[in-house]
Amino acid sequence: MATNSNFEKYKSDGSLLGSVLEWVDARFPLTSMWKAHLSEYYAPKNFNFWYYFGSLALLVLVLQVVTGIFLAMNYKPDASLNAAGLPVAFASVNYIMNDVSWGWLIRYMHSTGASAFFIVVYLHMFRGMLYGSYRKPRELIWVFGVLVFLCLMAEAFMGYLLPWGQMSLWGAQVIVNLFGAIPLIGDPLSIWVRGDFVIGDATLNRFFAFHVVAVPLVLIGLVVAHVLALHEVGSNNPDGVEIKKVTDAKGIPLDGIPFHPYYTVKDIVGVAVFLMLFSFVVFFWPEGGGYFLEYNNFFQADPMKTPAHIAPVWYFTPFYSMLRAMVWNFFWLDAKFWGVVAMGAGVVILAFLPWLDRAPVKSIRYRGPIFKTLLTLFVFTFLVLGFLGTKVPGYYFFGYQPATNPDGSIIFSPLNYLLSGDLIAQAFTVYYFLFFLTMPWWSKIDQCKPVPERVTWK
Amino acid sequence: MSNQGKMDCGRRRLIVATAAVGGVGVAATAVPFVASMLPSERAKAAGAPVEADISKLEPGQMMVVEWRGKPVWIINRTPEMLATLSQMEDELADPPSAKSIQPEYCRNNTRSISDKKPEILVMVGICTHLGCSPSAKFKAGASEGMSASWKGGFLCPCHGSTFDFAGRVFKDKPAPTNLDIPPHKYLSDTRILIGEDTQGA
Repeated sequence: MATNSNFEKYKSDGSLLGSVLEWVDARFPLTSMWKAHLSEYYAPKNFNFWYYFGSLALLVLVLQVVTGIFLAMNYKPDASLNAAGLPVAFASVNYIMNDVSWGWLIRYMHSTGASAFFIVVYLHMFRGMLYGSYRKPRELIWVFGVLVFLCLMAEAFMGYLLPWGQMSLWGAQVIVNLFGAIPLIGDPLSIWVRGDFVIGDATLNRFFAFHVVAVPLVLIGLVVAHVLALHEVGSNNPDGVEIKKVTDAKGIPLDGIPFHPYYTVKDIVGVAVFLMLFSFVVFFWPEGGGYFLEYNNFFQADPMKTPAHIAPVWYFTPFYSMLRAMVWNFFWLDAKFWGVVAMGAGVVILAFLPWLDRAPVKSIRYRGPIFKTLLTLFVFTFLVLGFLGTKVPGYYFFGYQPATNPDGSIIFSPLNYLLSGDLIAQAFTVYYFLFFLTMPWWSKIDQCKPVPERVTWK
Repeated sequence: MSNQGKMDCGRRRLIVATAAVGGVGVAATAVPFVASMLPSERAKAAGAPVEADISKLEPGQMMVVEWRGKPVWIINRTPEMLATLSQMEDELADPPSAKSIQPEYCRNNTRSISDKKPEILVMVGICTHLGCSPSAKFKAGASEGMSASWKGGFLCPCHGSTFDFAGRVFKDKPAPTNLDIPPHKYLSDTRILIGEDTQGA
């Protein structure tokens, strides 16, 4: 028993630094944590391109926290009007952009970072789907990951109110009013969330508190849980085989290599490439064509006038499309409520993936044609839903003008239906849910290939 | 270790009772925090009526005043606009405004104080769907991006609900009810008080 204590295990090599380390190790698990999570954490040696996005997500989290702290030094969550007639919050963002030294850089890093976060996280989640990284024994890693994704959405939504532009105000107005669709408790709930009968100063202040304190604390806690769960069971890999099954005499996986230095060095290459792309956007394309920063948000919030076209930021649009796709009243409940249910279920259903997938193999490399086809369709569906979420209701693909009857109603013809954004969004929303709900069936009958004993390695 | 595996039931009951009482205490402590997020006394008091001067409002024009943080529209409808109201009743979701919110004295065809000024419409310019502010589409026909059969009214830009010149919603649109009419009264021929009426005051 006693020989396992850090006091016994880690002895000084006689140098001053070694003695300091020995002193610390007897009081804090420094060397043992370094070993457990880095120098003696054995990761499969066959990681590929898709394995960059976990560490990149961590990098973007750090970027967002650091830039956020510096933005909070000059930002003011105050909706009242200043002497010039501008809301104080809106004016403080302009102040950061124009008058604070390097303020524009810090703010563009933060706003670009929000979009980068979602790009990286969507690719990270897709990696999990490709290689079955959510399968037993990694179910909890995946569930923590879905919770991280939910926190990220809350963080992005509340952060978007803070500049107090037109899209901030009306986006929040629509989303908070969605809570009003819940039967019985809906209206009191949306008033409670706003702290007022309309989106106002009270809402701005509390969203600021949630955005800078509450949600980041939960988010960081969940990320720690995500990584701890990963290091408990070990990483999956593109072959979806367990490297812990084949070990040497000391119990070290034969196909494992220490995370540090091998994967820290590999990930630095990913970081370098990521930062090149990130810097390009920050310096030359910070508005991202109106997708990263929406043009209407450069106008101050005006509670008297809604912009002609409001759409959420791109990373919410697939789920926003699902919300809008629900136009039927079911049972005694309004379509509005079912829209909220569809949007929420679209995210929550991801958490059930570990139990919906019944395939005998994990990785796409050994899965059959059904999975490959349906997953490709799923990605296409998700992208089209995302695209349609940025468009106005009644959108038609390729600028098509539907033929109408003299009374304005749309004539029944195949093109009028096949090119209608609204109908495609409805069909694709159905596919999105069917993909998950029928997975227990089709994942079982798919023709899988034999899985190798050990990872494949050129 | 001789009594290992033997549970002291009396002690276990005390632990459960202590934990339950502690849990009640924690739940009670949550109440003030949750309640602090409700509208403050100041927010609840900030609903004072506002006065609007309509002497310069020409027929066919619309003005906006702010009441309780929301836009309130005052529209001086022309006889042609009023004439459209009876033409489309079968296309409306709630033509008699039975399910919609308005003072009793405005539950009529024009949704206005009809014995004084039936042409003046006072209405909260917030869509009853998700709270966007609809845009005025007063011109009949397709000139403002509407369909050829459009007779004039309002379009909500967010989710496409359409309303007639009395704020009544058309069928098969996301908005569940007609636009709200706030309590209001005439102080004189050209001055309207919004947020208060003779019955409420």
